[in-house]
Order: sequence, then structure tokens, then C-alpha cells
Amino acid sequence: MAEIHADEPTRRDFLYVATGAFAAVGAATAVWPLIDQMNPDASVLALASIELDIGAVPVGQEITIKWRGKPVFVRHRSEEEIKAAEAVDISTLRDPQTDDARLMKGPNGELEKQWLILVGICTHLGCIPLAYKGEFNGYLCPCHGSVYDTSGRIRKGPAPLNLEVPPYKFVSDTKVQIG
Amino acid sequence: MSGHSTYKPTNGFTKWIDSRLPIIRLAHDTAVSYPTPRNLNYWWTFGGILTLCLGIQIITGIVLAMHYIPQTDLAFNSVEHIMRDVNYGWLLRYTHSNGASMFFIAVYVHMFRGLYYGSYKAPREILWILGVLIYLLMMATAFFGYVLPWGQMSFWGATVITNLFSAIPLVGKSVSTWLWGGYAIGDPTLNRFFSLHYLFPFLIAGVVILHIWALHVTGQNNPTGVEPKGDKDTVPFTPFATAKDAFGMSLFLILFAYFVFFNPLGLGDVANSEIANPLKTPAHIVPEWYLLPFYAILRAVPDKLGGVLLMFSAIAVLFVLPWLDTSKVRSARFRPLYKQFFWLHLIVCIGLGWCGAQTPDMVITHVGSIDFTVTYLARILSSYYFIHFIILFPLLGLIEKPKPLPESISASVLGAAKA
Repeated sequence: MAEIHADEPTRRDFLYVATGAFAAVGAATAVWPLIDQMNPDASVLALASIELDIGAVPVGQEITIKWRGKPVFVRHRSEEEIKAAEAVDISTLRDPQTDDARLMKGPNGELEKQWLILVGICTHLGCIPLAYKGEFNGYLCPCHGSVYDTSGRIRKGPAPLNLEVPPYKFVSDTKVQIG
Repeated sequence: MSGHSTYKPTNGFTKWIDSRLPIIRLAHDTAVSYPTPRNLNYWWTFGGILTLCLGIQIITGIVLAMHYIPQTDLAFNSVEHIMRDVNYGWLLRYTHSNGASMFFIAVYVHMFRGLYYGSYKAPREILWILGVLIYLLMMATAFFGYVLPWGQMSFWGATVITNLFSAIPLVGKSVSTWLWGGYAIGDPTLNRFFSLHYLFPFLIAGVVILHIWALHVTGQNNPTGVEPKGDKDTVPFTPFATAKDAFGMSLFLILFAYFVFFNPLGLGDVANSEIANPLKTPAHIVPEWYLLPFYAILRAVPDKLGGVLLMFSAIAVLFVLPWLDTSKVRSARFRPLYKQFFWLHLIVCIGLGWCGAQTPDMVITHVGSIDFTVTYLARILSSYYFIHFIILFPLLGLIEKPKPLPESISASVLGAAKA
């Protein structure tokens, strides 16, 4: 073969490239199960949704429950907390979002403004923020000092995003389904 | 491993072996006849000490794995079981947990020795890069291992570190979920970390073989930084380096034994004596001492992605060090300016470590009406860390007037003897 000096690619060149490409695709296919086995398995996904009675949480208090292995904050907000959250000029926020956009509608079709439900994980590096702490009396992350307001929005510190709102819906006035 | 072999098989059996698998020849050329510069000081014994550390970690680790259970409900108790019930379990575990710290003490001495004497410079670039690779693998291994006892700091340290990857744009969150095997750190995470903690030391051993191979191709650097010019400048590895290494190891083992027997928890964090609680973050999260400088750099940046990138850059910059240094002289002995900046850099690294251990908003002093916090200090020190490598390394080689180099190693040694 060394003595063939064709300017045009030969049929043999084509076969080499085609064989190599086919082998590469085959190798990638074989590797995929080895990578994907690390993703959440069926038993983890099966625990993806829970139902919860929130009627017993008094105004001005908060409970923490576990959903998908993560803490979820259910906060019964007071009038002042709701007002403070609504009064914020959203153009000053790092992750602009209105308070309303972070709430869900109840069974009667109106926003349940007193219920704030959040994934209790700081969007910086995953610590659990402390409730009713920090400058805005919302949340303060003890690890690197991120400060969130009474809507769980990031106001100060290194975290880039607001506390995540999990997917949830009101099944009745006092029951929510998370997930 | 390279150069002309001086091994001569002495009897029929070794001749028979030598013509089939010349493994005795390899051992002889590597560890007996290999010529080492005759002026090596005790800072050069840390290569051997590190090999010893790796051996201790692998041996104690293998036996600990016979008793440990990588399951979130049982892991913490299985470690307590090792400490209380298993014969000599306390000794094995304290040796292993303090062994990690000893390993890092030795690797930092080894690396700063390389920086001082210019051991990363041509023709030892690949040798240095392999070393940085080993250092990276060591940090990963130590991180996986720290998670296994499933204490509060294990869990939250793992949470913070795995969340670093969530800073990657677009795919970050999927990467974190993939690393966890769930939506938070849990059983799948603990299991895979155990598997990888067992695997990585053998990867390290593999790269160590390449590291030693590269070392034996280029030969060792030495305190003068002048290459050996002949037999007068070298001595055979055995008995000279072997004996010196053994003495260095003995001294190092005294320090090791002090921690294992008299202060076994001194280098760890007390929060890890509490079982992991996924619903409660400890008030103050800190990594193990050997990662503190990088943690300080991470926290010095007020932006998540920026902090993560800068932290990884602090290690990445080491890979290109051989090409950043423009000086033709290797050893800081003959580089009056670099010598001063070397010590400054060492102090800065220790200072960063101190910053990493404090709460970021702790006020150190007041400058006028401004509170000078740990974060500000960490920003200044982090800046110097990068200025040192990216600006001073190229610059010093151009503006510095080095002292005259000795003609050869033997001339330098004999000159010193006369003086």
C-alpha cells in the first residue's frame, strides 16, 4: 500500500475511516450503560412524590420535611412577611422573580399567599439555610453567608439563584402533594 | 530504568531469569546502581517517604475495608465497631486517618522542595506534571475517604464539594444528580465513593510508577540545580540514598506515631464524631486542613462559578509552571530575588489555609471605618497566589541577575568543605 500515491482518497481509505467510525460508535454505545448506571435508579424515582398535611403549622412558623432525600421548608407566612416580600422592587434582585410567581394556587383558584414551600437547599453549595435569620428575616445560610428574603429570594452573599420552589399542588385547603 | 545497565547475573539461576524476564536487572538498575547526585539533602528523602505513605494507606485501607459497611444506616456504626470491637481496629483506623494527613504533609514538603530547587524545569516537565496529577488523585482519594465514616462533616463536606459541579452552566445540575445517584447525597453516593476510594490509590500507584520512570530518565535534580557531569558527581542509589531515605523515613514515622498514639483526633474536626444528619447543616463547615487554602480561594470570590473556576485554576496553573518560569537557573540558591518570593509564596499559602479555617465574615482588624474581614484577606492572598505564578515567574527570570553557578556538583561540595 505504501507505494500507492493517489491524490484521490481510495476505496481502501474510505473503508478504514468507515470501520474506525463504526468501532467508535460501538465503543461509545458500550460505555453509556457504565455512565448511566450512576443516575438515580428506579427505586429512587419511585419515592418522587409525597402528600402532606400542613393544617397544623401555625402562622409565623415553619416545618421541614424530607422529599427525595432533600429538606423542604413549609412556611406559614405572617401578613408582615407577605407584605415585605411583595414590597421588593424586583429589578434590584439578582434572580428577578415576583413573590406571586413563587406561590401556588389553592383549590379555590386563588394564590395561597400564606404558604411558602421551598427546597431547603442553598443554591450556592447545598447547605441548609436557617429560617428567620439574616437581614430580611427570611433565611441565612450558615456556610457562606447567603441571605434570602421571606420569599426565599437571594438578596446577598455568593448564591446565584433563589431557593428552588419544588413542584407541588394543593389537594385540599390543608393538604399539599409535593413532587 | 534507563541508561546502560551494569547488572551482571552471578549464577545459573539469575542468568536463566535474566534472559527470560529481566526483573532482577530492572530492580538493580532502579534501586541499586542508579546514580544519584552526591549532594542531595534531606528534602530529597520525601519521595521515599511518600512511597511509604502510599504503602501504609493501601495496607491499612485494605484491612479496614474488611470491617467497614458502605450503607448510610450502618456506616457510622461500623466505624465505631472498628474502633471498639475489632482487634487493633483503633490502631488501624487511626493510622489510616492520620496517614492521610501525613501523606499530605509529605507531599507539600516534596512540592515546595521542587519549587525551591526548580525541579519542574526542563527536562523534568513531564516528571512535574505527573506529580501534579498524583496530587490531584490524592485529593480526590482523600475526599472520597473522608465521606465514608458518615459523620456530619463527611456528609456536608461531600454536599459542598459535589455542589461545586452544579456551577457548570447548563448541565451542572444533571452532573450533580449523576454524581449522587439521587437528588441528594445518599446510599448510592456512599457506595460509589467507597468503590472509588478503593480504586484511586491503585491509580496513584500507577502514576507513581510513571513518575519514577520519568525521574530515572532525566535523573534527579539536586540542591545546586547543576546537572551531574560524570561519576565524580554521583553516588550509587544503594547504599547512599537508600540509607539516607531510611533515616528520613524513621524521623517521619516518629511524627506519624505522635499523632496516632498521642493526638489521634488533633488533625480532624470534632463535628465528624456526630452521625450525619441530612436535615441539619453544622454551623461551620470546613474541609480537612490540607484542602483549606483552596477552600479559602473558593470563598474569596463573590460569584459561584467564578469561585469554582478560580479554585480549580489554582491547581491547573501548576501544570503549566515549567513554561511560565523563564529563568535559566534552577536552584533558588543562586536566585536572590526568586528566593525571597518563594518564602513569601509559602507564607501566603499558609495564610490562605488559615483563612479557609475561619468564618468568612470574621473581622480581623478595622481599617478606618471598614471592617477588614477574613474574606478581604483571602482576596489579597489569592491574588498574590496567582500573581506569583502568572506574573512573577515569567518576570523574575528576565530581570533577576543570578549568582554564579558552581562548575559542577563535586566542585560545589569540595568548595563548601574548604570554606
